[in-house]
Order: sequence, then C-alpha cells, then structure tokens
Amino acid sequence: MSFKKIVQAVASATLALASNFTAAQENQLNMARGVTELGSEIYDLHMLILWICVVIGLVVFGVMFYSIIFHRKSKGYKPANFHESTKVEIAWTVVPFLILIGMAVPATSTLLEVYNSDDAEIDILVTGYQWKWKYEYLDEDGENISFFSNLSTPQSEIYNTQEKNPNYLLEVDEPVVIPVNTKVRFLLTANDVIHSWWMPELGVKKDAIPGFINEAWTIVPQEGVYRGQCTELCGAYHGFMPVVVHAVSQAEYDEWLSAKRADAEAQVAMASMDLSLDDLMSKGESIYSGQCVACHGANGEGGVGKPIAGSAIVLGDLTKHLGVTTKGVPGTAMQAFGSQLSDVDIAAVVTYQRNAFGNNTGDIVQPSDVVSYKNG
Amino acid sequence: MGDHSHGPAKGLSRWLFTTNHKDIGTMYLWFSFAMFILGGAFAMIIRAELFQPGMQLVEPGFFNQMTTLHGLVMVFGAIMPSFVGLANWMIPMMIGAPDMALPRMNNWSFWILPPGFLMLASTLFMEGGAPAFGWTFYAPLSTTYAAPSVTFFIFAIHALGISSIMGSINIIATVMNMRAPGMTYMKMPLFVWTWLITAFLLVAVMPVLAGAVTMMLMDIHFGTSFFSAAGGGDPVLFQHIFWFFGHPEVYIIILPAFGVVSQIIPAFSRKPLFGYASMVYATAAIAFLSFIVWAHHMYTVGMPVAGELFFMYATMLIAVPTGVKVFNWVTTMWQGALSFETPMLFSIGFLVLFTIGGFTGLMLSIAPADFQYHDTYFVVAHFHYVMVAGAVFSMTAAVYYWLPKWTGKMYNESMGKIHFWISFVGFNIAFFPQHFVGLAGMPRRIPDYALQFADFNMMSSIGAFIYGASQILFLYNVVATIVGGKTVSDEKVWDGAEGLEWTVATPAPYHTFEVPPKIDPAHAHS
Ligand code: HEC
Ligand code: HEM
Ligand SMILES: [Cu+2]
Ligand SMILES: [Cu+2]
Repeated sequence: MSFKKIVQAVASATLALASNFTAAQENQLNMARGVTELGSEIYDLHMLILWICVVIGLVVFGVMFYSIIFHRKSKGYKPANFHESTKVEIAWTVVPFLILIGMAVPATSTLLEVYNSDDAEIDILVTGYQWKWKYEYLDEDGENISFFSNLSTPQSEIYNTQEKNPNYLLEVDEPVVIPVNTKVRFLLTANDVIHSWWMPELGVKKDAIPGFINEAWTIVPQEGVYRGQCTELCGAYHGFMPVVVHAVSQAEYDEWLSAKRADAEAQVAMASMDLSLDDLMSKGESIYSGQCVACHGANGEGGVGKPIAGSAIVLGDLTKHLGVTTKGVPGTAMQAFGSQLSDVDIAAVVTYQRNAFGNNTGDIVQPSDVVSYKNG
Repeated sequence: MGDHSHGPAKGLSRWLFTTNHKDIGTMYLWFSFAMFILGGAFAMIIRAELFQPGMQLVEPGFFNQMTTLHGLVMVFGAIMPSFVGLANWMIPMMIGAPDMALPRMNNWSFWILPPGFLMLASTLFMEGGAPAFGWTFYAPLSTTYAAPSVTFFIFAIHALGISSIMGSINIIATVMNMRAPGMTYMKMPLFVWTWLITAFLLVAVMPVLAGAVTMMLMDIHFGTSFFSAAGGGDPVLFQHIFWFFGHPEVYIIILPAFGVVSQIIPAFSRKPLFGYASMVYATAAIAFLSFIVWAHHMYTVGMPVAGELFFMYATMLIAVPTGVKVFNWVTTMWQGALSFETPMLFSIGFLVLFTIGGFTGLMLSIAPADFQYHDTYFVVAHFHYVMVAGAVFSMTAAVYYWLPKWTGKMYNESMGKIHFWISFVGFNIAFFPQHFVGLAGMPRRIPDYALQFADFNMMSSIGAFIYGASQILFLYNVVATIVGGKTVSDEKVWDGAEGLEWTVATPAPYHTFEVPPKIDPAHAHS
C-alpha cells in the first residue's frame, strides 16, 4: 500500500467514525453514579482519586513539557549539571505518602460498608452455571422458589441476520426480582467454573466460586431494570450470560412471589398429569428456544451441539434421548439438564425435539415418563 | 581460545553452538520480535472481531483461544525474552566483562525457548483447540474444564520457566562476579541494577509458577484435587499461587524497561540522572513490595476484610517508589539540553504513557473502586499502558539507541520518527477509549458486546491496526540499517551517551573487554 492510500484509508475510517458518533445515542465516558447509596459512594471515591491523579499529572507533565519546549539543544540551551538533592528526594517521597493516606481513609470506610451484609431481609442464592444464572429465594419455611436466567437475545441478532435490539446481550428470559428499599443479600456460588456477578449500577461485584459461598448485598432505592454481566472468564459463552435485576415495589414483589409459588405448585401438579401433544409442543418450543437454541440452532441444524434434525438419538430410542438430555455428555458442552429443568420441561423439550425440524416421530413424552426414567 | 582475532564460526553452527553473549543476545532479540509479530497477529484477530457488535469472523471459543495465546505469547515470548536479549548484549559491555559468566548455560537458556513456543503454538491444531482460559489460567476452567491441549500448555510453561531461571542465574552470576576492577555496585549503570533486581525476582517466582502448573497437571492426570472444591481443594488457592508469581512478574517486565529509559533520558538531556542512588533504592523497594501485594488482583474473590485492607494499603504504597522514579526522570530532563532523536522520543512516550498507567494502577489499588473496575476494559487499558507503552516502547527505544553500536550502521532517523508518531497516535487511539468502555461497564474477555460500546470499540480496533502496521515500518528500518545503513565508526555514537559500552569500537567487535577496562575511581556512575 502506498503512503497516499494509507492516508486515504485512515481519513475515510475517521469520517465513518465521526458520522457514527453523531448517530450514536450515548458514548458514556465515565462510571455511572450508582443508584444505591453504596454505588454512589464508590462513584465519589472513584472521582476523588481520578481528580487527584489528574492534578498530579498536570504538574508532572507541565514540568516535563516546559523543559521539552524551552530546554532544547536546538535552541542553544546549555545544560545545567545539578543532580542529587536529599531534600527534594525526601519531599517527593513524603508528600505522595500523605496524599495516599488521604485516599486510604475514605477507601477504608467504604470498604467496611461493602462488607457489612448483616441484617438482610431477603436472601437469594445465586449460582453460576456455564452459561446462565440460577436464582433461588431462600425462604424460612423451606418453600424456596428457584429458576434459571438465560440470555434471551436471539441467535439471529448475534449472527447479524436480524437488527439488534437496544438491550442486545443485556436481556434475559427471567430476571431476578427484588423489592425496593429492602436489604437483599446475595449468596454467590457456582456449579462448574468461577463466574462473577456484576451489577454496575448497584455497585456490586462478587465472584461466584464452586465450593464457596460469597456474600454481597444491596438496598435499591429506585424501581427499575438494572443490567450487568458476568465478569469472570467462564468459557466459550462467557460474554453471553447477563445479569438483569428488576427492582419493584413491595406490593409488586409480593404479587410476583405468590405467582411464582403458584407456578411451582402447578408444575408439581402437572408432573402427574398427562399433557396433550399441543401443550407439550408449545411448552417445548419455548424451552428449546431458551435453553437449547444457542448450541443446536433455530432449525435444529446444530452448531456447537450436534444437529437435532435427523439425529439418530432423537429419532431412535427414547431412553437414550432422555439420557443425553438429563445427564448430558461428559467432556462436551452438552450439560446435564436433569438438575436444571423440571420433569415437565424435560418432557416438553424432548417431545418437541422428536416432532420438530422434520423429525415427526409422533412420540409423546409425558412427565411421568421422565420420572420413571430418572427412577431407573 | 587464546587467539585475539578469533571471530564467529560460519553458517548455522555459529548460531546453534554459540556461547558468545552478542550472538545469543541477537538471537533473543530476533526471536522476541518474531513472537511480537505472532502475538500481534492474534491481537489483530481479536480487534477485528470486536470491530462491530455481533459475531462476524470467529466463534466465541476460538476468540478465547486468541486472547489466551495473545497474552501468553506477548508476556512470555515477546517482552521477557527481548529484555533478556538486551541484557545479554549490554550487561557485559556495561560492566567491562568479556562475556556472561555461564556462556554454555546461556546458549541453552535461549535454545529451550523456540521448542517451548512451538509446543504452545501447536495446540492451535489440536483436537479441542488451544488453551482458552486466559493468560491467567484460573482453575478449574484450566483444569477440569479445559481442552486436552492444556497438558502441552503446561509443558510449554515449564520450558519457558526453566529458560528464564537459567537466564537470571546467569545474569546474577555475571553482575556479581564479572565486573571490571573499580566497577563498584554503586557505579553500575541503572540498566544493570534493574536487571540484577529483576533476576532475583525471576529466580524467586518462576518456581512458584512451575509449582502452579504442576499442581494443575496432577489435578488433570493423577486424580489430585488441589484446585477442585469437590475433592476438598480450593480454586481460590490457584489464584493466590498464580498472583504470587503474577504480580512480581509485572515488575519483572517493567524494571528492565525502567533501566533502559534511565540510560536514554540522561543521554539526550546531556545531563546526569538526577538521583542515581534513590533510583536504585526505589527499584529495590518496588521489588520488595511486589511480593506482598498479589491479592490486589483478587479483591472480588471474597477475602476477609482484614486481608483486603492489608493488600490495599500495601498496593497503594507501591505508588511512592514509582513516583520517585517518574519525578527523577522529569527532573533529569529539567534544564537539560534536550534533543529528540528516535530513542528519546520513545523514552518520552514511555514516560508520559507509563505515568498514565501508573495513575490507573493507583485507582485500581483502591479496593472498593476496584469492585467496579475489576475484569473490565478499564483493567485492559491499565495494563496496556504499562506493558505496551511501558515495556514495549522502552524496548523499541533501546533498539534504536544501541543499534548503531551493534551494527556500526545508523538507522534512518526520519523513518524512526515517523514510526514513533504512528505508534504513539495508534496506541492511544487503540487504548485510551478502553478506559471509557471499561468504566461504562464493558467486561473484558468477551467476543461480543452491548450496543452502547460500539463506537469506542471501533475506534479501538482502528487504533490497534494503526499501531500494528507501524511495526512493519520498524522492521523495515532495522533490516535496511543492517543491510545498507550509513556507516558510523564513532565510538560514542550519541554525544551525550555515557558508559563503558560507548568506549569500545563501533560496531562492537565480536569480543570486547578481553582485558578489563580501567575505571576512573573519581568518575561517578553512568
Ligand atoms: C452449550 C451447548 C449446548 C446446549 C445449550 C445444549 N446442548 Fe445438546 N448437545 C451439545 C453438544 C456439544 C452435543 C454433542 C455431544 C456429543 O459429542 O455427543 C449435544 C448433543 C445433544 C443431543 C444428542 C444429539 C446427537 O445426535 O448426538 C441431544 C438430544 C441434545 N443435545 C439435547 C439438548 C437439549 C434438549 C438441550 C436444551 C435443553 C440442549 N441439548 C442444549 C451442546 C449443547
Ligand atoms: C503504580 C503501580 C501499579 C499499581 C498500583 C497497579 C495496580 C494494579 C491492580 C490493583 C490491578 C488489578 C486490577 C484488577 O484486575 O481489578 C492491576 C492489574 C494489572 N497490572 Fe498493574 N499496577 C501497577 C503497575 C503495573 C505495571 C508496571 C505493570 C506491568 C508492566 C502492570 C501490569 C498489570 C497487569 C498485566 C494487570 C492485569 C492482570 C490480569 O488480570 O490479566 N501494572 N494493576
Ligand atoms: Cu463468565
Ligand atoms: Cu499486580
């Protein structure tokens, strides 16, 4: 490439960028002030250190650029020959030290607050899985409700065949719901590798580590939808496991909770019922597009996972199909869904796979079949 | 070997069997440049995928292989060997020694490297692909959940570790035993000092890294559970061990770079280094502190608050000796007679950008704030300011500074300056916006991102391509100099340069200081 061509390329890229900038809605430059008290305290701390650094930087670079401009050989400047000065050396050791103490004081008090997770009213167990979050509301009566929260951005947006929506990669099928103005404690752990649960606007980031339980807490003063992501590399789809928190009023929260409970009971009831092919298929489709599509493709064509359309396992013996689905295939990305989905869900998704994508086996798999498979 | 006019052997065997510190230095330098290009190619793939939101070029799994290999190749293949090469060339010439103390081991330290990296690169073609767990290879992602190629990765790390340990033993032995009479410790050039301290760091922490990968090997193949909670082990233990190596490692990378700019800035300021002794003490202080701050990389793992406070205070303290260094360089320039040849430009670039990286380091040291910064692009920006604009810029400065002494030819100054300006501008376009996206909430090590990060990522990719392309100019300039540069025969190539290396003929003969030089006891350090 000639020099001229390079210049042209750079110029056109810059232009493209400039037009892009004006079109973009926001290009946030700085940390957002958190909505919680802790979040905004952390923000203030961040700004304090930032400004201290800016001021020191201006002084240091000021002196340096002064010499660069005025103390030039080309201007005939004659070099001085001074060096070593204990006084100066002591000054520039002690002054920074004092500045550091000035930073350490607020940092310590904020840190102590971050660690104070006592007196929480709600405990939520957050478990990181490759590549989704499980939320379990720990109830004193033992009536825990739990669910998985999966990325809901369709593959078509990720692979650029469909326009990306504004919450691209920051949306889930089921967010975690918490009431406002209530101290909520998150207990974090993981099922496989280390993940990290981050809610920037709440000022919470904590690692979810297999075999350990970490604590974090928040009191959200404002209703809204808050979005974050996993921040510890956890494998291929690390970039695809967002965290979404809905903060709602206490009344709405109670309503949500009882709906969840009723839902759980219905699931239990359903497990002993016989469902119609239509019911199973529609439920199965929604589970497939939430849980399986990322690896097996929207048309069952495969990808990370093997194709479902025309698969020998799917068209063949039901036991094998249930086996792969509930126990996974060790050493591959195919996980054991038996511990992640209810028996009804497994019945539905297996029925769906056996009848969708041209598989047309006509097989109906009932929840009771899953139960009897699991019991051997 | 009594024959004085004895020169290098001919052909391939010269390079295979050489025990000459200059030959070995040259091989290290070329090898590290090749790794720089390879690691750079991985980076270009990463930045091309991140050019726009959505998956375009590669799959997420392959993307992770690229980030992992990029980090490993740059740290262990490009930066570290380049400074070992520089040490080989310059330390004997700076202390008036005829060669390194252990020349045969020197040969071996180098020749372990190419097979090690071949092994690492070959994992790309293995079933399941190359390592995809990041250059920090946290367990259990790197053990139970890793591709089978991880075993080759472990042996590659062992090879590099052995090479580094032997290289550092050699440097320690050389500096302690081979100084010319009169070359007291406090007369040694700062480059020698920083390398001596670095070598001690290396000997102390490389075995720890070797321990970590060996424990991984045991977990993977022999049924132990060092890092597996299910078997009673502890995944966090891995991080403690890794960072006990990892934090000193970052100083292993930067201390020799400090040494280089401490040679170059006085030379082009025509004024002695302001506080030689305090620079030595500051280096030692940094090295000491670097052993007790490792868990600042682990603020979010859930340490007890007392541990968190200890590591925060200790980390903040590092800013003090680091500040002493920066203030000293600036004061050295103050009222000098400055000129801006390419080595000086890269040194000033180093000074400005490294200082920015130091500031973000200070911000990261504040634990509660780090909860927001940790594992975001803000950290990526921080360590590229210290490692690329720090270590790589200083290495580039070193090559321009000593190339005439090595080859007896002068590089093309205008091309060097253009190289600097393109690098400087490209680097900042690439990495400054990463502070913004990091603060705005973009995690690191992701192949795809939310839409609000799109513009800055595109900018970052363009900057990265510019910086990458400028290295071709560098290669061209160096090769053109060697092949047909203007001859220089002045012993002292730069009028302000000080030190024994500038007292030998230009180009430096194959053997130097076979008779120890006389060192004027009144003359201060260089
Ligand atoms: C993270 C990726 C991933 C997800 C998500 C996933 N699978 Fe799989 N699946 C795989 C892989 C990989 C295989 C191939 C395993 C092997 O090598 O045998 C596979 C294989 C299968 C097979 C056997 C296909 C054959 O012909 O061998 C079935 C059936 C299956 N998966 C069902 C499911 C169902 C049902 C879901 C959703 C509830 C699901 N998978 C979600 C990765 C995935
Ligand atoms: C003033 C001096 C410095 C301080 C206080 C400092 C502090 C920190 C802190 C606290 C982190 C952890 C951030 C996080 O992950 O949340 C970090 C990361 C890092 N720093 Fe520094 N740093 C300094 C200088 C350097 C230097 C000189 C280098 C290398 C030449 C360096 C290289 C790195 C690297 C590579 C990482 C990221 C590691 C990873 O997670 O991959 N730092 N630094
Ligand atoms: Cu993750
Ligand atoms: Cu560190």
